[in-house]
Amino acid sequence: MQLYGALLLLPAAILLATFAYLPTIATVINSLFLPGFRGAPTEFVGMENYQVLFDDPTFWKVARNNLIYAVGTIPTSIALALCMALFVNGKLRGRGFVRMAYFTPTILPMIAAANIWMFFYAPQIGLFNKLLGALGFSGVNWLGDPNVALGSVIVMSVWKEAGFFMIFYLAALQGIPPELKEASDLEGTSRWSFFWRVTFPLLMPTTLFVLINSLINSVRVVDHLFILTKGGPNNATNLLLYYVYENAFSFFDRTTAATITVVILLVLAVVATLKFTILDRRTHYQ
Amino acid sequence: MSNQSRIRLERVTKRWDATTAVDDISFDVTPGQFVILLGPSGCGKSTTLRMIAGLEEASDGRIFIGERDVTHLPPGDRGLSMVFQSYALFPHLSVADNIVFGLRSRKVPKAEQRERLAKVAELVDLTDYLHRKPAQLSGGQRQRVALARSVISEHPICLMDEPLSNLDARLRSDMRREIKALQSRLNMTVIYVTHDQVEAMSMGDRVILMQHGSIVQDGTPDELYNRPASAFAASFIGSPAMNLLPLVTGEQGAVIEGETNVPVAPLEAAGGQLGIRPEDIELHPASIYGVPAMVVSDEYLGADTIAHVSVGGHTVRVRMSGKHALAGQPCSLSWARENAHLFDASGLRRDDLTPNPLPSAPRAVPRPPAVGSFQH
Repeated sequence: MQLYGALLLLPAAILLATFAYLPTIATVINSLFLPGFRGAPTEFVGMENYQVLFDDPTFWKVARNNLIYAVGTIPTSIALALCMALFVNGKLRGRGFVRMAYFTPTILPMIAAANIWMFFYAPQIGLFNKLLGALGFSGVNWLGDPNVALGSVIVMSVWKEAGFFMIFYLAALQGIPPELKEASDLEGTSRWSFFWRVTFPLLMPTTLFVLINSLINSVRVVDHLFILTKGGPNNATNLLLYYVYENAFSFFDRTTAATITVVILLVLAVVATLKFTILDRRTHYQ
Repeated sequence: MSNQSRIRLERVTKRWDATTAVDDISFDVTPGQFVILLGPSGCGKSTTLRMIAGLEEASDGRIFIGERDVTHLPPGDRGLSMVFQSYALFPHLSVADNIVFGLRSRKVPKAEQRERLAKVAELVDLTDYLHRKPAQLSGGQRQRVALARSVISEHPICLMDEPLSNLDARLRSDMRREIKALQSRLNMTVIYVTHDQVEAMSMGDRVILMQHGSIVQDGTPDELYNRPASAFAASFIGSPAMNLLPLVTGEQGAVIEGETNVPVAPLEAAGGQLGIRPEDIELHPASIYGVPAMVVSDEYLGADTIAHVSVGGHTVRVRMSGKHALAGQPCSLSWARENAHLFDASGLRRDDLTPNPLPSAPRAVPRPPAVGSFQH
């Protein structure tokens, strides 16, 4: 019987092992060795790679960028998603159309979306600068100015993510029985009070799910940086995974790439555990 | 008793696009009354209740509570509470928080909330469950939380929308008595929606029977049972339902369609229907004069037996106390004149005619507990 159970688990276990666990272990091992030059064997260096990484100012800059990016995108996109979901969950003419419009950015491939925003942000012919010019303001170099570039990337990410999260909130909102609203209306509960005392707590499982997802997404950004800024100017928009990519495939420094990857994994694991333990206790699952 | 909890509907109508759910309804509920809105699904009873609650807006007509015109007031300002069929408990809140939810909305001081909670929890026997979540309660307990939530508001009016239909049969009969006791103890005015005629008969001071958005009959349970205003009312009240037999013209009067020997009503009744309750029909051996019939099958229910009897091609149900095995035997039927009801072609009751007496029908002497034999 136990063999039978193990066999049922096997397909999933093989896939996970080949594409998740083995690479993770290989990466951890990689991060502990220095590659040998000219055929020399690799050399075990212990934590030295981490030491070098933590002394690298670019790594800290990229990490800081990523933190700003996360703080900039996660709360905004979640709040926006919730507002949009509440809006299209109500009685509304052309509700189906509005829902679809909100969801469209999610269907677009990242590369296509980034290309669209390239036109918005372009310094001379871009939509935003044209609009500003029409109003009599001088244009902004949205992607070229180190002070503005990261903000521009954040705005685009929020635009792309909010519609996706809205779908989850919308599904959760539809799962809330309408009698709850009626029962609270009969008690003269205001809409504001109903939202905070009933709707929001009942959406907590969704919020938790979306939070974890958006956290993972915020360290998974490669493609739109590739189109929009390539991490520049002067690493102003460089984020962790893109930095890993650069190290691995532009500088051919596999060791540093592996080291950063391990750091990202550890940070993500710690944050996710914290979120689940703290928020889970206060979350009601139906 | 103050007039505060009087409810008055004046020509209230609810339309959705082409369909009219509630059609020009008027009634007046006096304070302290337990009124049942009864009818099959889709008859507009729930819509009527929701319009009183303010959850649906009336398309036409006016609704008064006390002396106030509340037709356009939001639900929270109408001074009433409501119990939902699905209970509508907040799943993430404890029983205690569910019960005081409305008090918090109305900003009742904390100390008073606790005091009222303790009193109400005692009243509905939930004191030991106050810290549980609704998911950890049984159906009956959840129903009590819903009741407590409407009782604690201390509104004189309570609306109930099929509150017992999610419970099993035994629990339902317990809760029926509990709700009724609670209502008379707190002297609440209750409007109670149900499709279950047993609930209507056992709980209501007054029953308003509805069909297709209109009121069919408005009276005491007794009146509905003994003097049904229409064939529909007759068939809706009582279990099993009243037998309705089409009448046609015979030689000496109206006869049951397919059974031309015995005139059962004056000639003018032909074209209408004859209604007799299963419990009002007496079954005799075929030799005794009456409406000839044939027992098709019998259903033994413990305390009594329902015999399905064929009369001129129509099936008539007859209720007899005790156990009888009569299937396949010929027999004759009779009933007392006052227990037969006549309805005209459109189904309305007619009181201008009296059904014929069935001459030999001996007035029912107390029924003997005969097993497997006819009553004599």
